[in-house]
Amino acid sequence: MRVTPAVELDDVSFGYRPNQPVLEDVALRLGEGEFVAVAGPNGGGKTTLVRLILGLERPGEGRALLFGEPAHRFSRKRTLGYLAQRSELGGDAPATVREVVSAGRLAAGGLIGPMRRRDRELVAEAIERVGLSERADAPLRTLSGGQQQRAFIAKALAGEPSLLVLDEPTTGVDAESQESLAALLDRLHSELGVTILYVSHEFGAVERFVQRLVLVRRTIVFDGSPRELPGVWHDPSHVHA
Amino acid sequence: MLESEFMRLALGAGAVVGVLAPAVGFFLVQRRQSLIGDGIGHVAFAGVAAGILLDVSPVLTALVAAVLGGVAIEVLRSRGGTAGDQALALVFYTGIALGVVLVSTAGALNVDLFQYLFGSILTVTRADLVVIATLGAVGLATVGLLYRALAAVVVDEEGARVAGVPIGGLNIAVATLAAVTVALSMRVVGILLVAALMVLPVSAAGRIAWSMRSTFVFAMAIGLASSLVGLTISYYADLPPGGTIVLVAAVVFGTAVAVSAARGS
Repeated sequence: MRVTPAVELDDVSFGYRPNQPVLEDVALRLGEGEFVAVAGPNGGGKTTLVRLILGLERPGEGRALLFGEPAHRFSRKRTLGYLAQRSELGGDAPATVREVVSAGRLAAGGLIGPMRRRDRELVAEAIERVGLSERADAPLRTLSGGQQQRAFIAKALAGEPSLLVLDEPTTGVDAESQESLAALLDRLHSELGVTILYVSHEFGAVERFVQRLVLVRRTIVFDGSPRELPGVWHDPSHVHA
Repeated sequence: MLESEFMRLALGAGAVVGVLAPAVGFFLVQRRQSLIGDGIGHVAFAGVAAGILLDVSPVLTALVAAVLGGVAIEVLRSRGGTAGDQALALVFYTGIALGVVLVSTAGALNVDLFQYLFGSILTVTRADLVVIATLGAVGLATVGLLYRALAAVVVDEEGARVAGVPIGGLNIAVATLAAVTVALSMRVVGILLVAALMVLPVSAAGRIAWSMRSTFVFAMAIGLASSLVGLTISYYADLPPGGTIVLVAAVVFGTAVAVSAARGS
């Protein structure tokens, strides 16, 4: 019996303008419960790949499926956890950690009126999972870059996601926090069994935790275990060549 | 002061607008769309002009024009074909140009028009107050019901979109609320100053608050206090009410900046 993959891209091509493809003939399958890193140079199509997977863009050619359904018409969107690039997040808003994480319960808990008790419990649980319980009522802007990313990961977790997608989560985060973030994701993957797609221009921090590494430069140029990656490609700048 | 009915009516209208304008402005400021209130105000000017020309209530035509303008700005912005600031500029200048042409056609470049540009809170009637209070209550109730959803969009719009939250509908709701606020505030501070009452209390609150919710509540309190104190000062010092209200809000903002700096935050 064929198991439905969490993500399935079949020969997908896409461009924002005619005759200027950003991605060409991309074929990718992510099984449920996998922890996969997607890396590649800036401008190589990683963010576009994420947008296609999440149904924010429709393929020009080919098809993009989420749990067997067309991604742009996916019926269980509230089970998608997404950590956008940091520049797109409201890090300047005067929100506390709890307020940020509560935003992650909106789709699952209902748009109108106050939060229910169960939702508040799930928010507290998500904050605890990322180790921010003691800072739960602190303003987000008083936290370090790494702690802010943890808060947004907790926000994604609060929606009880079946797929967690992180776009450049380590940008602007120091090396120690990158390691700590990667270890946190590994632990969440083990404890929750959630499918994780980690997208970044470099993959050093998560290399030892992920089962698969996918390198993208307009198309997929490598898809396998990090151990199978040719040594020279561990230098991310090589992907530019 | 309170023995004069016109002041009691003015304080009533000022209180409603003083609370509503920052409540709606909060979501505009947090999304870095502070000037949208100004843009909608200029479209409302075209609405006032159309009302004068057609001999229909200028407040009603301003409300219709403001809602259409607010939705137009949001649609242009969300489609991405026009950058947010260009969308705003397009609606802003078209609105004021249309207003000038219509007013000139109606031969109404006079004192009546100035009431809408600079406010005329001392001429608010009982019927006006009923309309302002009713629409204000509906606006505040809508903000209250949608608070969590609107706050979630402020925190992470793209994440909410991915999770299936109807971002387009919520953004249109904010634009419509902003338009209603502009139309109601027109009588209090005037079209030219309406955006100030939506922005200054929120900016001041952001300097001294510790969370989104406290910023939201402080902003409404500062808006209310600015309105009531501004009206009182204008009554005793014989100053124009709209300008005095906004100057009080500006002083509160300056004080909040000083307090924030003194605390080292």
